[in-house]
Amino acid sequence: MLKIHKPGFFTSLQDRGRFHYRDLGVPVSGALDQSAMSRANALLENEADNAVLEITMQGPELEFEQPTFMVMCGAPLEAELDGEPIQMDKVYRVNEGAVLQCGHVLQGFRTYLAVRGGFLSDKKLGSRSQYYPVTRRPVLVKAMEIPYKACNDFEPKLLKWSAPGHFGEKELRVYPAPEFQQLSQLHKNQIFDGVFQLAKEHNRMACQLQPSIDRHSIQMITSATLPGTVQLTPAGRLIILMRDGQTTGGYPRILQMDMESQDLLSQKRFGDSVSFKMVKP
Amino acid sequence: MPIYHSLTLIDHNGDHEMAEVAYNLPEWFARCPKKQKKPAYVWDLPVCYDGAHGIDLLETARLLDLDPETLIRQHTAQAYRVYGVGFLPGFLYLGGVPESLQLPRRDHPRLKVPKGSVGLAGAQTGIYPQTSPGGWHIIGNCPVPLFSADKDPPCLVKAGDLIRFRSVSQAEYDLYQLESEIGIYNYKKDKTGA
Repeated sequence: MLKIHKPGFFTSLQDRGRFHYRDLGVPVSGALDQSAMSRANALLENEADNAVLEITMQGPELEFEQPTFMVMCGAPLEAELDGEPIQMDKVYRVNEGAVLQCGHVLQGFRTYLAVRGGFLSDKKLGSRSQYYPVTRRPVLVKAMEIPYKACNDFEPKLLKWSAPGHFGEKELRVYPAPEFQQLSQLHKNQIFDGVFQLAKEHNRMACQLQPSIDRHSIQMITSATLPGTVQLTPAGRLIILMRDGQTTGGYPRILQMDMESQDLLSQKRFGDSVSFKMVKP
Repeated sequence: MPIYHSLTLIDHNGDHEMAEVAYNLPEWFARCPKKQKKPAYVWDLPVCYDGAHGIDLLETARLLDLDPETLIRQHTAQAYRVYGVGFLPGFLYLGGVPESLQLPRRDHPRLKVPKGSVGLAGAQTGIYPQTSPGGWHIIGNCPVPLFSADKDPPCLVKAGDLIRFRSVSQAEYDLYQLESEIGIYNYKKDKTGA
């Protein structure tokens, strides 16, 4: 078992996501930075759909009851395993009873912690990703215990595999979504010439941007939305849906963001700048 | 993902030529034998409109210039088409609300609307699948859940089905709630002609 001494600011179990239930209103969920999660699983030679911990802004304090191997990828954060400082993207042996103490995320916003074989909580609708009310809790809480399989002998093919960080990049690659053509040229100019900051309202469901652009009066019938869909409210607020976002919406869907840009956006925090660049889908 | 007038196709693995699929879809659908199309059902759902549940019933009746009994009678008089399930797990988009029951949302949304609450807003009526913030006028509560992550499928109702509300007493409400908690509630449904 992995024992949660302190849960941190917002730590949850995530995997690739929960597929095939969107027509019943269930969002896809899963790790927001899929590339960082995939790298963590790859370093441990795990299956691609193994579950990891997604750490947000301030890390947890955890105790490993069985020996295993671990790696942390994504946003660099302060962390010590039994007092030894942990480097990102590097595989560590974890002894029985070891304690991992995490501090603040130093750059970016979300860090992924994987163990060999993945975390083995019960699957709900085909996924271990925490999302209330599909799972009983939306996040880890103190004293919770998460199962994983003990592992003593593992010879990683790669001990360390750093990816170039995308924390400094701010360009989100988008292509037209269904209501894009209804926008005025003025709106389009405001979107593609502007630089926007993440508003306080940003979480696993959606990221709001500021400043707002001009108001509009485009009416539409509620339709499907996806992770990475950019909506425009009548008051001119840009909202980008994330992986826990609602499956349908009534605001015009003006742009769709590609997968890599979703990873990039998930590493932004309040006040960080982003801009939009049109690409071919 | 069907909702109202649109159907959204999602290609998880990116191994389909989606423009081609979209182009061919109408013809595939036309050629699909009737027996392969899923039947639609009319669901009979109990609703307790008593004061403890229908916290806005009296005010809503006043705003609509109806007496509460007439409001309940009109709300239970017709079946509502499910135009899609979305927004949150198990939330049904229902259409077909008579004009006499249509009114704007509340000026001030509530921070907490209890799970199962039955509300009215504009041309829509619906059930809150879980406790959440909301701006609809709450006229009753449905004691039986339509969504459970432990069941397969997790949501009983699908797009194209019909929902009919039936007014029940507090005693029946308590019984149905207990029955669904221990898993023996018998959901009433009939096949539609559609």
